[in-house]
This record gives sequence, structure tokens and C-alpha cells, in this order.
Amino acid sequence: MMRTSDLIASASRALRSNPLRSALTALGVIIGVASVVAMVALGAGAQAQVERSIASLGSNLLIVVPGAQRSGGGVRAQAGGGMGWDTLTMDDAEAIVQLEGVVAVAPSQRARTQVIANGLNWNPQVEGVTPDYLVARDWRIASGRMFDETEERQARRIVVLGATVANELFPNIEPVGQTVRMNGGTFEIVGVLESKGQSGFGMDQDDIVLAPLTTVKRRISGRRGRADTVSQISVKAESEDALGTLQQDVETLLRQRHRTREGEDDFTVQNLSSITEAAAQTTQVFTYLLGGISAVSLLVGGIGIMNIMLVSVTERTREIGLRKALGARQGDILRQFGLEAVTLSVAGGIIGLIIGVAGAWLMTSLFTLPLVISGWHAGLAIGFSALVGVLFGAYPAWRAAKLDPIEALRRE
Amino acid sequence: MASLIQARDLTKLYRMGDETVHALAGVNFDIARGEYCAIVGPSGSGKSTLMNIIGGLDTPTSGRIVIAGNDIGAMADDDLAVFRNQTIGFVFQSFNLLPRMTALENVELPMIYGGIAPKERRERAAALLERVGLGARMTHRPTQLSGGQQQRVAIARALAGNPALILADEPTGALDTNTGKEILALFGRLNREGATVVLVTHDHEVAAATKRTIEMRDGHIVSDRINGGTPRHDAHL
Ligand SMILES: Nc1ncnc2c1ncn2[C@@H]1O[C@H](COP(=O)(O)OP(=O)(O)O)[C@@H](O)[C@H]1O
Ligand SMILES: [Mg+2]
Repeated sequence: MMRTSDLIASASRALRSNPLRSALTALGVIIGVASVVAMVALGAGAQAQVERSIASLGSNLLIVVPGAQRSGGGVRAQAGGGMGWDTLTMDDAEAIVQLEGVVAVAPSQRARTQVIANGLNWNPQVEGVTPDYLVARDWRIASGRMFDETEERQARRIVVLGATVANELFPNIEPVGQTVRMNGGTFEIVGVLESKGQSGFGMDQDDIVLAPLTTVKRRISGRRGRADTVSQISVKAESEDALGTLQQDVETLLRQRHRTREGEDDFTVQNLSSITEAAAQTTQVFTYLLGGISAVSLLVGGIGIMNIMLVSVTERTREIGLRKALGARQGDILRQFGLEAVTLSVAGGIIGLIIGVAGAWLMTSLFTLPLVISGWHAGLAIGFSALVGVLFGAYPAWRAAKLDPIEALRRE
Repeated sequence: MASLIQARDLTKLYRMGDETVHALAGVNFDIARGEYCAIVGPSGSGKSTLMNIIGGLDTPTSGRIVIAGNDIGAMADDDLAVFRNQTIGFVFQSFNLLPRMTALENVELPMIYGGIAPKERRERAAALLERVGLGARMTHRPTQLSGGQQQRVAIARALAGNPALILADEPTGALDTNTGKEILALFGRLNREGATVVLVTHDHEVAAATKRTIEMRDGHIVSDRINGGTPRHDAHL
């Protein structure tokens, strides 16, 4: 029985005796592992991006907007009267609250206005909202507080800032307690939102200011349109399963209230979760596809190892015969050649992993995706390359072990 | 003295299509511990076949051969490997040294398969190289050594497992006459120091350097005599 240390020494001696050949043989596995690692990391990055945007939009969310959806996906204003954007009202929102499976309903009114503080100007998205908006959209407060319903009804001059706005206008001091000026009025900052980061559509979601809905209606967006219209109603369902039914219920309810028929709707209910989920699934399939294609190149690397090991067994037939004559058992020869193959493939796997991570880093920074590389990926790459070594090294090693020493010694 | 090798009705058949070659056609002999013995005969007489069986590289078709208590015909592959490692020291016509290893590493090789620890292995290999007169050549590679020196390394390697039997197949076949004589003298010395040596040759002059000659022809033993004396135990013929 051979000692493990001697086994390793003899395998490494054999590989070092022909370094160029060993390197070229490992190259197949290097390329295979590098591309698997890079592709899977790229796909996982894209997937993480999409998943992040699902979470940031708010889960189990329906968004009701005025105007009908065209088949192309855009939203068309109702024809006639220029009333197309004024079809959703606070009363619609209150009616939706009565539906089954609803957790939160948050009507909101969007306004564009400059925000001024510390002599700095900023142009965020300003949303007039009710306190339930935080629940519906999965926002959290980082510091301070959200305004309550009473403050909302009283149209108080208070705001909650998104992280970007807070950073831009108050780079050095705590914004809570400070004031900003909007549309000529002064507003007290009562809270700052936790950051959500970029949305999947490349929009900075933190570039936002939340003010009480009544405040926005009365003091910022002015008296355009009817006093009780809103630009959006966010509806949070109690579960993902309830989402589909709730969407239909909302549509039916609004058709009754607006006296429209299907196909002539003056509103659109968007199920964002299902859209982004489909996108996430697509990227996942994409990841598997890329990984699969790369795995084929790893397979080719394995065949390269098998090829070279078979050549090596043929070249070293006499050596194998001698080793057997001197007392090597079949297992000793099997392990020696098997270890050579596994060493080649694992060394290739480690180098490939390094190159793959570098490649993934390059590509994700090129596409501004998050770099997702887990220990799990690394372990899988190394484990898979070891498996390739075992699978493709087994046959040549078995051939070597089974050689007849008399025949082998007779060989020139 | 108890026999080291005991061969009874040993046959080895090779089937070549319809034809059957009797490489060994019923061979009987005994070799005792401490003997220095040559197996001679013309090409094709069955010498190599016999040597492969004695060395545990091959098994007989029928008959029985027991070497140092090992019944060769009844042993499994791995047991034969251990037998070769522990009981037999091979010396080949073409030396069969591994070219990338030093003399010392070549001598260590059988001890690697014997599971002997590196330190002990190295010390023992060095001592053996001293014993065959190559103390100054330990780190040389085979290509840096003459034929005679290479065969000395091979003999040191054969001694590494402290074998009961040294088995040499045409050990002088690749050497010039003088170098061949030196190698035979080395075998003679090892034999005087207690080693049992069996060498296979087609050369009667080489055989004459040993103490006993077993002559083969067409798979049979045709004579078995003490060199410089009269034929011995004809009973087995
Ligand atoms: N592997 C084999 N297959 C078929 N015939 C063989 C084989 N090995 C040896 N023989 C035959 O057996 C006979 C004895 O061969 P061998 O033992 O090599 O003789 P020697 O060593 O005395 O020259 C020869 O006729 C040879 O052709
Ligand atoms: Mg022969």
C-alpha cells in the first residue's frame, strides 16, 4: 500500500515533468469553469437586480392609474373633454378598501415642484400620500416618523424625505426638525425614509418627498382639476395568491362606479408583482441557459483530460509494467493516474474560478449589475471540476491499472 | 535444506487460434535457499515463461509452484503484487530504471509500494547503492550512468525489499563482455553474502559463472547439473 504523501509526490512529479502539456490540458477546464462562474454570476446579478426591484416596489401590490391601457402597453387618456387624467377619486380608494383581501389602500397625488433648503435646489418627485402609503409600498422610516391621519386631514405643512433628497439637501446635518421650502411655503421635516436604491427601471426611488395628500392637493398642485381626484391608488393585497382575484374585483368595482364597460375603461389596474416576477423568471432561465452552455465547455475540458491521460498511459506503459513488477497493486496505479487527472482538473478549476470571478466583476460593472458570487458558487465550481477529473480520469486510470505487467514490460 | 522454490508438473499453454503452444510442458525442479542457479536454453524454450511464473507476474495453466510458502497459482492479483514486492527482486535485461528519477529514487521505488517511511527508505537505498559500489553516484540520473552502473542500480533496487529471491532475466544481455563479467561477479558476491539468485540466459558462458545450470528445450527441462560436477537429481527429469 502506497502512502498518501508518496501518491501525491508521484502525481505531481508526473505533471511537472511535462509542464506545457499539463497546462494545456488544464486550460480546457480553466475555460470551462471560468465561463460557468462568470455566466452564473452575471445571471445571478441580473436576477438579484430584478428581485431587488420587486421587493422595492412593494410586494403584493396593485397600482390603479387613470386612463385605459393600450394593447402596446402604454396608457391612453380618455378621449374627449380633456378629463382623461381625472378619472380616479378618493371615493374610489375608499370603495376599494371594502373589497376582500385588501390590506392597505393608498391614494396618492404626484406633483413636480422644486424643493429648496440651505440655499440648495432640488427637483424630486413629490407625492401627496396618506400614512397607509408606507404600508402599501413597503417603505420604512429611517429616522423621525411618518405623519398620521389627523395631520394628513388637517393638511399640515410637514414632509418626509427620501434618502437621496435628505443627502442632497442636508449633507451634514440631521434633516428631521429642519425645514424645506416648496411652492413658496415652508414645510417641516418630520421623518426620513430608508433607502430603496435604484428601481429595476433605472429610476432612483429615493429621490422622493412625501407630503400629506390634502396638503399637496391644496397647497402644491393647486386647484387644477377636481379637488378629490388622485393620480394613483396603491392597493396591497393580503397575499400573492389573492392578487389575481383582487385585480378582477377592483376592475369590476371601478367599472360599476365609473359606469364603463369592459374594453372602454377609463382606468388601468397594473399588477407589477406579476410583471417583475415574470422578468425574474426569465432571468433565471437565462442564468440556467448560460450556465448550461458553459457546462458544455467544461465537459469538453474533461474530454481533453481523458485524451491526454490516455496518451500518457500509452506512453508510460513500460513504467506502469515496471511499477507493477516492483509491487504496485492495481489500486496504487489507479489512484496514481486518477490523482493526476483530478489534480489537473482541480488546478484548472481554481484558476478558472479566479478568472471567472474577474470576468464576472468586469461584466457586472460594465452592465452596472450587482456582483453576486457566493461561496456556494465557488465550492460548486471546484467540486464540479473535481468531478470532471474523477469522471474523465477514471477510464484511463482503470486502463493503466489493468495493464498486464508482462505485456507492459515487453513494450518499447 | 528446505526448498525455496518447489515446482511440480508445471505447464503453461498459449492458445494461438487453433494451435496450442506448450511454453511449459510439465516442469519439475526444486531450488533451495542460498543457491546461485542459471536457467539456460535457446530462444523459445520457455525460459521467460518460467521466470514470469517464478516472479509472480504470471500464473501456471496447471501444476503447482510454491515459492517461500506462496502457492503462485492460487493467489489473487493484489496478493501477487505484495509477493513481488516482498519476496522477489527483479533484474531486467534493459535495466528498466525510471529516467526522471535519480539512482537513489529508483532504488526507493519498491519500498514506496512496501509502505516504508521516507527516512528509512532513503537510508536503506543509500546503503544498498554503497553495497553495489555506487556510493558516489546516488543523485545521478540513469542517462548519466554507464550500462554497467545502471544495472548495478537495478540490482540495488532488486535488493531493496530484502527479497528471498533475486530473479534476473538476461542481466548481461545489454552489456559488453567485461561489464557483464563484473555484474556476474556482483551476483556471485551477493550469493556468498546469502542471497538466492536465479538468472535466465541463453548464454552457456554466463551460466557457467553460476553454481547450477537448469537447461530447457521446448518447454521441458533437459538437464539439471551442478556446474563443474555431475548431473543432479535426474529423478525429476
Ligand atoms: N503471450 C504469449 N502468447 C503466445 N505465445 C507465447 C506467449 N509468450 C510466450 N509464448 C510462446 O511460448 C514459447 C516460450 O516462450 P518464452 O518463454 O518467451 O521462451 P524464451 O524466453 O526461452 O525465449 C514460445 O514458443 C513463445 O512463442
Ligand atoms: Mg525470453
